[in-house]
Amino acid sequence: MATTTTEIEADIHGHDDHNHGPEPGLMRWVKTTNHKDIGYLYLWFAFSMLLIGGAMAMVIRLELLMPGLQFVEPQFFNQMTTMHGLIMVFGAIMPAFVGLANIMIPPMIGAPDMALPRMNNWSFWILPFAGAMLMSTMFMEGGGPAFGWTFYAPLSTTFAPASTDYFIFAVHMLGFSSIMGAINIIATVMNLRASGMKLMDMPLFVWTWFITAFLLIAAMPVLAGAVTMMLTDRNFGTSFFDAAGGGDPVMFQHIFWFFGHPEVYIMILPAFGIVSQIIPTFARKPLFGYSSMVYATGSIAILSFVVWAHHMFLTGMPIAGQMYFMYATILISVPTGVKVFNWVTTMWRGSMSFETPMLWAVAFVILFTIGGLSGLMLGIVPADIQYHDTYFVVAHFHYVLVTGALFSIIAAVFYWLPKWCGNMYNETLATIHFWWAVISVNVLFFPMHFLGLAGMPRRIPDYSLQFADFNMIASVGGFAFGLSFLLLAYIVVDCIRNGKPVKEARVWESAKGLEWTLPTPAPYHTFTEEPPRELILKESSHTAH
Amino acid sequence: MLNNRFFSTLFKILILPLLAVPRAAFAEIGLNMPVGVTPISRDIYGLHMTIFWVCVAIAVLVFGVMIYSMINHRKSKGAVASNFHESTTIELIWTIVPLAILIIIAVPATRVLIDLEDTSKADMTVKITGYQWKWQYEYIDAQGEGISFFSNLAQKSRDGIRDAAIRNADENYLQDVDKRLVLPVDTRIRFLMTSNDVIHSWWVRDFGVKQDANPGFINDSWAYIEKEGVYRGKCTELCGKEHGFMPVVVEVKSKKDYAKWVADEKAATIAAAASGDREWSMDELMTQGAKVYSTNCAACHGVTGAGVPGAFPAMTGSAIVTEAARIGEHIDIIINGKSGTAMQAFGRQLSDSDIAAVVTYERNAFGNDTGEIVQPAAIKSAR
Repeated sequence: MATTTTEIEADIHGHDDHNHGPEPGLMRWVKTTNHKDIGYLYLWFAFSMLLIGGAMAMVIRLELLMPGLQFVEPQFFNQMTTMHGLIMVFGAIMPAFVGLANIMIPPMIGAPDMALPRMNNWSFWILPFAGAMLMSTMFMEGGGPAFGWTFYAPLSTTFAPASTDYFIFAVHMLGFSSIMGAINIIATVMNLRASGMKLMDMPLFVWTWFITAFLLIAAMPVLAGAVTMMLTDRNFGTSFFDAAGGGDPVMFQHIFWFFGHPEVYIMILPAFGIVSQIIPTFARKPLFGYSSMVYATGSIAILSFVVWAHHMFLTGMPIAGQMYFMYATILISVPTGVKVFNWVTTMWRGSMSFETPMLWAVAFVILFTIGGLSGLMLGIVPADIQYHDTYFVVAHFHYVLVTGALFSIIAAVFYWLPKWCGNMYNETLATIHFWWAVISVNVLFFPMHFLGLAGMPRRIPDYSLQFADFNMIASVGGFAFGLSFLLLAYIVVDCIRNGKPVKEARVWESAKGLEWTLPTPAPYHTFTEEPPRELILKESSHTAH
Repeated sequence: MLNNRFFSTLFKILILPLLAVPRAAFAEIGLNMPVGVTPISRDIYGLHMTIFWVCVAIAVLVFGVMIYSMINHRKSKGAVASNFHESTTIELIWTIVPLAILIIIAVPATRVLIDLEDTSKADMTVKITGYQWKWQYEYIDAQGEGISFFSNLAQKSRDGIRDAAIRNADENYLQDVDKRLVLPVDTRIRFLMTSNDVIHSWWVRDFGVKQDANPGFINDSWAYIEKEGVYRGKCTELCGKEHGFMPVVVEVKSKKDYAKWVADEKAATIAAAASGDREWSMDELMTQGAKVYSTNCAACHGVTGAGVPGAFPAMTGSAIVTEAARIGEHIDIIINGKSGTAMQAFGRQLSDSDIAAVVTYERNAFGNDTGEIVQPAAIKSAR
């Protein structure tokens, strides 16, 4: 296939003096402005972070395997829960989605590359440094952040270790990276989209990411504001969050969740997009309700900014506030429900086959829905009194973030990997891996619902004896789920190095979309000529032909 | 209960085979939230079950259609794909029907919410203050007025953290305290929650009461407990290192027993105040000091006085603790705390004799053999 790439290269750049192919050696990755190179960097970075954050989760599950303190001290345990959350959210899930956007948006909209390639390089290369700074805090005197990934003041200000200032700077850097990534995606979709592609012709993955990018630009500066106020409270004598100086610790939570709730949707809207690409391919049927999917995504995005205080029902909010946030919160389940119904209807009377990407997409729909339903339960204020800050919440957000966001990322990797590297993965191993992961993840997280209802609070290193059995089950499931990622790494590396070459441009027989009109493996430079409107309409995955 | 049977069956099918040795403890843990002993907790339970069954119905419907489709509409079974992909009617139906279901759920939820937020007409008020890592209870009015005490993790639970034999023999491991909050039955009780340092959250599941305790602000909540007994809860907001080790235990007594408890409690307060007026021997101070240290100081400064480098200073060899000239500073830091750090002001928490004992203990334990004795009278004059 390399010849094809070279031929295209030669064809386009033959008249030019300089060569636009990849630079040999390691410097290719440092200096690259190519959207796919940067996307791959994002994905590998996210995967390494997933392994590090996952190792921390293993420490947590090991300590919780049985009652008593056996392996780590409470302060270190709190560092583990804090760093696990931060690394998974900012290091694994978000960069993985940005990576997928980088690789897939240009080929899906008929563009040659991202609109702002140098900024693209910068927004990636900030990440490893920000991540390293964040993790370095664990080796500082007094230890790393131990106040939870939500870093509520005053535990994160007056009562925090000295390393917190490094944590604050790392969060600033992660925010810069995210905002630049978001600007790039908006600029690319607005300016580099093939002129024959109207907004309502865009594939759903592009749509969901386009909307997510606006969420990022609106939400990340709020987070930057929150950590900056922490910084001045800690070092410059201000009292934003200190009641003794006229501030309010609850204001921290309002500011944090004004970022934090949209953040939740930043991590799930692209997942909706991925699943909306995969299900029509393997159901061999156009996506049902394309326009309602777009409107539902938009509604969720808008609602995501007006429900933040449902994380704070117990902070002593006035009753009117509690009522408003309850109604607004349960309202979100309407557009989310529309999406689930549309996916199910897309499958209905299709001609389905269950290759690995489809397995993951189906698991996503079922398990994400379970997480969504427990979210509906959490939205009811009086019931939330009993659920709040217990393992019921832990179960809920891991169902939406692990079996939701993470599963969609794995689905996307299996779906597009053959297009990226030109080789097919080992379907048998991938199927084994799927069942291993999907069973173990439920053994890990489902008992947490029972633990929460039985009264086990979150973020505790030790528990009373009646919680012992479910914790042991969850830990065993956790170890098995953790191990499954080593198999995933093997499958991906094996596919890239030894996989059976794929010749067809259309890797999946009924896949629709401009990305499948490019040769396999995808050429180094994506569309060098604008795809015509006829091709765009023919490749639409949501209209009938 | 149907739901419990459903849960247990599902649970046995799914999870038990994974356990090599099924253990007896399964009998002790419910798979569902308990109904509780207050009107609010019962209402919450009812709401919880309503939403739960609504969610189950939705899940059965959606997954049912999906699974039917996955079985019957497969390519390998020769299914031919249809081409339908749009229907405004269907989209409208599945927008409006869920909306209607939500409104049906929201009505009772709002009713319960209004009820649980109404803290007026209370017969008595208890103020609850969260500390790193213990609770203070103050009886603000009614017959218990003036009673105030701290409630720490029970020593037996603390010993069990690192000793499996103690732990396994303690059915209330990590859910027992040295002094319980005592409340009367059938009384409308208002709780005021606040905090001395970071945010805590006071939760007793059987009362349906969970409320954040914010430093500098006061929240409130209420309970009308209908059944005597001992109820256990936890701190549910991450409040630092020992967050997992600050349980709540409430003992609900009949009105007659409660009145007796109040009388005993008031008598004990008077006796304790008298203990500060006499001279204490070194042995007495060291014994009492070890107790006070283990309850109040060991969580940060360490059982062996080693502290945590970078976070909590060590006792062993500390200049303030060992130099005779700085004895006043030592007493001052315990009474008034150190602002901007986790070091609390213990002046309001401990009696003169307790502070004298712990100062003496710190100056003579952990290898700090200064031989100095501090008497309760010295603390009284330092205040």
